[in-house]
Amino acid sequence: MTTSNSSIGIVVPQRAHFDQPLTLRSGAVLPAYDLVFETYGKLNAGASNAILVCHALSGHHHVAGVYAEQPDNLGWWDNIIGPGRPLDTDKFFIVGVNNLGGCHGSTGPSSINPATGKPWGADFPMVAVIDWVHAQARLADHLGIRQWAAVMGGSLGGMQALRWTITYPERVRHALVIASAPKLTAQNIAFNDVARQAILTDPDFHGGHYYEHGTYPQRGLRLARMLGHITYLSDDQMDEKFGRRPRNGSFSFGYDVEFEVESYLRYQGDKFAGYFDANTYLLMTKALDYFDPAREGEGDLSRALAVAKAKFFVAAFTTDWRFSPGRSREIVSALAKNGQDVCYAQFDCNYGHDSFLMADPEYHAAVAAYMQRVSAEVGA
Amino acid sequence: MSLINRSDFDVISGWVQPGERVLDLGCGDGSLLKRLITERGARGYGVELDAERVRAAIANGINVIQGNLEEGLAGFSDDAFEHVVLSRTLQTVRNTQGILREMLRVGREAVVSFPNFAYWKNQLSLVEKGRMPVSEDLPYQWYDSPNVRFFTIKDFEALCSDMGFVIRDSQVLDEAGNLVKEEPNYLGSLGVYRLARSR
Repeated sequence: MTTSNSSIGIVVPQRAHFDQPLTLRSGAVLPAYDLVFETYGKLNAGASNAILVCHALSGHHHVAGVYAEQPDNLGWWDNIIGPGRPLDTDKFFIVGVNNLGGCHGSTGPSSINPATGKPWGADFPMVAVIDWVHAQARLADHLGIRQWAAVMGGSLGGMQALRWTITYPERVRHALVIASAPKLTAQNIAFNDVARQAILTDPDFHGGHYYEHGTYPQRGLRLARMLGHITYLSDDQMDEKFGRRPRNGSFSFGYDVEFEVESYLRYQGDKFAGYFDANTYLLMTKALDYFDPAREGEGDLSRALAVAKAKFFVAAFTTDWRFSPGRSREIVSALAKNGQDVCYAQFDCNYGHDSFLMADPEYHAAVAAYMQRVSAEVGA
Repeated sequence: MSLINRSDFDVISGWVQPGERVLDLGCGDGSLLKRLITERGARGYGVELDAERVRAAIANGINVIQGNLEEGLAGFSDDAFEHVVLSRTLQTVRNTQGILREMLRVGREAVVSFPNFAYWKNQLSLVEKGRMPVSEDLPYQWYDSPNVRFFTIKDFEALCSDMGFVIRDSQVLDEAGNLVKEEPNYLGSLGVYRLARSR
């Protein structure tokens, strides 16, 4: 059994049950819920070396390592976590958690609703970024972590890190907000809505109760993912990777796959639709749309962030047009206006929005340099 | 930038009071800002374009913001700083007037240090040897120099006057970092200036 492409090796997911009801931003109350999570490294005696890694739209708790029975199932951010890596497991205790509404084991639309004995489906309450953060805070309590050395995330994960600093200012020392934004633009919401419409109008969707109908809105979810995927890549990168290369030698003048890029996108769509829950996808995109902490500062992000006590590391990628560097700089400016501690770096990595998941040497070196500071500060 | 003598840091450090907010443009690895924080109790940010230096500044514990000075200081609000420092960098910026104006928008005071091209050794190099000067404060060959503006202490003062800036203080140093009292435009290798908006 080889685990050579992961430096932390075999990991085991855990589950925590929470009985205390959680009032959500929508006003709905989740009476009880489960969170699945993974941890890497050791929590030190003072519990000062914990890092929370928040996942993005399609992520989950399996951030690093592999499973004993699935040696190829590498965590989604494995390249940044491990001994000697930027998030050094010799120093830090790292926690990955599947968010509420997810489809990887935490309570979500595909879980059984205890009130009905059937899957929640469309009845699962809408969850917002702040709800995830509240749930993560309870997980922190459960693990004996009063204050995170750092909360880190890319994209929607970065929004959670930002939210932590506002909602629990005493509980986070550093926030690493990568390829993220203080709120979505109209264009971003538009992309999300097209993705949702693809799912919602799929005849197999059945108003979100497809589990009971024994169906699955695979076509809709596949389309949603194909669209999303295009927006996560850069134009140049797609051109480099696929260009106009035909799949076969000549055109067939039909609607089957003719170009490489079509083949790639259809494959990605099929793969995603094969394991991801459509209701979860809907919920996650709505959480993205609703996120706008500046609301709490009457539209002024600086005012909303003024309560934060964390120090910030904000990073963006020049080829990322879905969450462009300008959006990250809005966060930086808002913090600088308050005189708050912030570092900002931007990288010429060629992978668009997905760059934050790549092992770009300059990017990882900058994160490592920042994490050195964190470790010196918390004695990790 | 090579670790040449940073005699201007002593001068600049003397102008910063405890608790003051400083913006250091072209902050490099953050040495100056770190010194101002530890020795003078200042706080603030550095702006740097070069990725490697940004990383060094992060490691140095500095609030460093990666950015291009040519694009201005749009991310900073008016009067956010007591001092905006541009140490040995003005000669590398194409948009000279733009950056000076921006400095005095976001800061109450602009602190600028720059190599004096009229320094006697530079003149000697040009006139006697017919070669572009290379010195402590101009440590580059003409073909690999990041400098795009070549000016003297007199030129700089004339520009300040044209732009309506007040020179609150200035010190001129020789190559060894000693204060030059007489004939600064001829005997000075580095000018260090404090500018303010005219009232």
